Amino acid sequence: MDALMLARLQFAMTAMFHFIFVPLTLGLSVLVAIMETMYVKTGNETYLRMTKFWGKLFLINFALGVVTGITMEFQFGMNWAEYSKYVGDIFGAPLAIEATMAFFLESTFLGVWIFGWKKISKKAHAFAIWMVAIGSNLSALWILIANAWMQHPVGYVIRNNRAELNDFSEVIFSPYAWLKFFHTVMGGYIVGAFFVMGVAAYHILKKNQLDFFKKSFKIAAVFGLVISIGIAVIGDFHAKEVAKTQPSKMAAMESLWQTQENAPIYMFAWPDAENEQNAFEFLLIPGLLSYLAHGDFNAEVTGLKDIPRNERPPVWPTFLTFRLMVCLGFIFIVLSLLAFIYSKKDSLENKRWFLKLMLYAIPLPYIAAQLGWIVAEIGRQPWIVYGVMKTSDAVSKSVTAGQVWMSLIGFFIFYGILAVVDLFLLTKFSKKGPEPEKTA
Amino acid sequence: MEAYVFQFIWFGLWGLLWAVYFMLDGFDLGAGMLHPFIAKNDTERRMVINTLGPVWDGNEVWLITAGGATFAAFPTTYAYMFSYLYTPLLIILFALIFRGVSFEFRGKNDSAGWKKGWDFAIFIGSFIPALLFGVAFGNIFQGLPIDAAGYHGNLFTLLNPYGILTGILFVCLFLVHAFLWLSIKATGDLRKRAQKLAKKLWPILLIVAVLFLVHTWFATNLYDNFFAAPAGFVIPVLAVVALLLSYVFMNSSYVKAFYASCVTILMVVFTGIYGLFPNLIPSSIDTAYSLTAINSSSSVYTLKIMTVVVAIFVPIVLIYQIWTYKVFSDPVTEEEIYDEEAEAY
Repeated sequence: MDALMLARLQFAMTAMFHFIFVPLTLGLSVLVAIMETMYVKTGNETYLRMTKFWGKLFLINFALGVVTGITMEFQFGMNWAEYSKYVGDIFGAPLAIEATMAFFLESTFLGVWIFGWKKISKKAHAFAIWMVAIGSNLSALWILIANAWMQHPVGYVIRNNRAELNDFSEVIFSPYAWLKFFHTVMGGYIVGAFFVMGVAAYHILKKNQLDFFKKSFKIAAVFGLVISIGIAVIGDFHAKEVAKTQPSKMAAMESLWQTQENAPIYMFAWPDAENEQNAFEFLLIPGLLSYLAHGDFNAEVTGLKDIPRNERPPVWPTFLTFRLMVCLGFIFIVLSLLAFIYSKKDSLENKRWFLKLMLYAIPLPYIAAQLGWIVAEIGRQPWIVYGVMKTSDAVSKSVTAGQVWMSLIGFFIFYGILAVVDLFLLTKFSKKGPEPEKTA
Repeated sequence: MEAYVFQFIWFGLWGLLWAVYFMLDGFDLGAGMLHPFIAKNDTERRMVINTLGPVWDGNEVWLITAGGATFAAFPTTYAYMFSYLYTPLLIILFALIFRGVSFEFRGKNDSAGWKKGWDFAIFIGSFIPALLFGVAFGNIFQGLPIDAAGYHGNLFTLLNPYGILTGILFVCLFLVHAFLWLSIKATGDLRKRAQKLAKKLWPILLIVAVLFLVHTWFATNLYDNFFAAPAGFVIPVLAVVALLLSYVFMNSSYVKAFYASCVTILMVVFTGIYGLFPNLIPSSIDTAYSLTAINSSSSVYTLKIMTVVVAIFVPIVLIYQIWTYKVFSDPVTEEEIYDEEAEAY
C-alpha cells in the first residue's frame, strides 16, 4: 500500500475510534446536567446519586474522547500537509476557535465539576456540568462547521495558489454546517439515551435499586423519544441539502444510475459499479427519491452516469451504510416510543423481553453514528474538499509509507489497549451500580 | 503594511500561547515525572496527582490552542512543522494520550499492579513530552535542514547536542517548577520533601540554564536579533533574574518562588521567540526556505477574524481559569483524598 492509502486508513481508524467516545460525551453530559439540575431544584437525594453514578461513567468515557481528539488535530498537519497548506486559511480558523471557545470551557469546568463537590455551592456545581455540556456541544459545532466546509465549500476564493477565506459568515452560517451539527449531536444524544436505558434495564432486570434505575430510565426515555423523532426530521433536511450540494454523494447513497424525474426508491437493491447499474432492484416506491431529495415527486435527481467515473465515490459502501443508518434510525424511534410508554405505565419490570432488548440495543446508536460518518466521508470521495481538491493531492509529500505504517500499527495497538481498558472499566462501574442510599 | 501588523501580532500570539502552555502544563509534566520518586506510598502518590487533578486538563488545552492557532494563522508552517517532525510528534502524542487516561484510570481499580502500571504511564507520559518538546524547540532555534527538495532530517538528526541540551533544560525547568508547586499544594511530609528537593535541584537547573545560554551563542543565530534591537536583552535578563529570585524566595515564600518560576519559563520561551523573529522555523541550510510570519501566514482577512476571536475569548478563558485556581487554592490534605463525598483521583 502507498502512503496515501495508509494515511487514509489511519485517518479513518483514528476518526472512527475518536467517535466511539464523543457521542456518549455529548449525550451523557447533557443527561447528567439535567439530573444535577433536578437535584438542585428538588433537593431529592436520588437525583444526586444519579448525577454521581452516571457522572462516573461519563468521566471514564470522557477521558478517551479528549485524548483521541488531540490525534485528530495533529493529524491534519502530520499526514495531510498539502491539504493543510492549501485550505488552512479557512479550515484552521474553526479549529482554533473550537479550542479557545469550547475546549477550554469543557476541560476547565470538568476539573471544577470532578473536584468541586465540597468547594463550591450546589448551584455553581450544576453550572459547571452545564458548562461542560455546552463546551462539548460547541466543540462539535466548530468541528462540524470545518467538516461541512469540506463537504460544501463556501465563502472562499482561489488566490495565491490556495483557497482563501473571503466571507466568514458564509462559512459559519452555511446551512450544511448547521444541519450536520444538529444531526450529529442528536446522534450523540441518542447514544447517551440508549446507554442510560440499557444500563438501567440491566439493573431493573436484576431488581437492583429499582426506584433509582426506573427514574433514570424514564429521563432517558423521554429524552430519547424526542431526539429520535427530531433526528429523523433533521436527517430529511440534511439529505435535501446533500442532494442540492453533493449530487454524486446523493446518487451513491441511493445507488441511482440514470438521471431521472420522478425518481423511485427501491426497498431492496444492490449496486454494480462495474456495469453502471444495479445487480438487482425491487419493491419500488415511485417518486419517493425525488420527493426526499428535492421535496417534489417529479423533481429530477442526478444519476451516477452523469458524473464522470473518476469523480464518483465508491458506491456500495456509501449505499449500504446509508441504508443501514436509516433503518437504525427507525428502530430507535420504535424502541424509545415503547420505552416511553412502558416507563409511563410503570410496567417495565414485567416486560423482561423489552429490558433485555434495551440492554442489547446499547451498541446500535454507536453503530449508527459510525455509519453516518462513513456515508459522509466515503460519499465525498474522491474529493477531500468537494469539487475543489482531490484526496490524492492532499497527502503529506515528506512522509513515507514506512512512517505511516509505523504510526498506523502504533495506533492500532495503542488504541486497542485503551479500548479494552475503557470497556472493562465502563462495564465494571455500570454493573456495580450507584452508592447505596444513605440511611440517616 | 496592514498585513505585517497582523502577521506580527500573530507571531507574538504564537509565542505567547506556547509560553503559557509550558508555564501551566510545565508543573503537571514535572509532577508527573517526579511522583514515583518523591511519593513514599499510595496516599502520597494520590496527593501529588490530586494537586493536578482539577487543573491539568485545562492546562493541556493551551497546547491544543497553540496547535490550532498555528494552523489558523500560519497554515504553511503548521503543515510542514507537523509533517517534517512526524515521528517525534507521534511519540509526544502517544505520551500525552497515555498521561491523560492514566489520571482518570489509575484510581478505578484496586489492584497494586494496576496502579503501578498507570503510575509508570504517568511518568513516561510526562517525561517524554517534556524532553521532546525541548528537543523540538532546540531544533527550531537552530533551524531545520529545509531546502527546495523539502526536509532532510529524521528523528536522530534532531537528537543533536543542542537539541538534547534544550530537552534537558525543559525537563529541569519543569521539575523545579513542579517541586515548587508541591511545596505549596501538598501537605505533611510530602510538602517538606518537595521544598527540600526544590532547593537541591535548583543549582542543577542553573548550570543547565547557563550552559544553554552559552551553547545558544554557538549553535544558533538567536542572538542576532538581540544585537540588532538590544532592548530585547531585557527578556533573557528577566529570565535569569526570575530564576535567581525563585531560589531567593525559597527562604521566605514558596508561593513567590513558584511565581518567579512561572516568569522564568515565560521568559525562556520569549527569549527563543524574540531570537527567532520573524522565523517560525528557520532553515539551517538556506534561509530562502525559512518559514516566516510573512511567507507562511494566512490572509489578512483570516488573521483579523482570529484576532477578534482571541481578543474576546482568551480574556474570558483567563478569568475562569484563574477562578478555578482560586477555588482549588487550598493545599490537598490526606483527609480530603479519603473523603467519600469529595471526589478524588
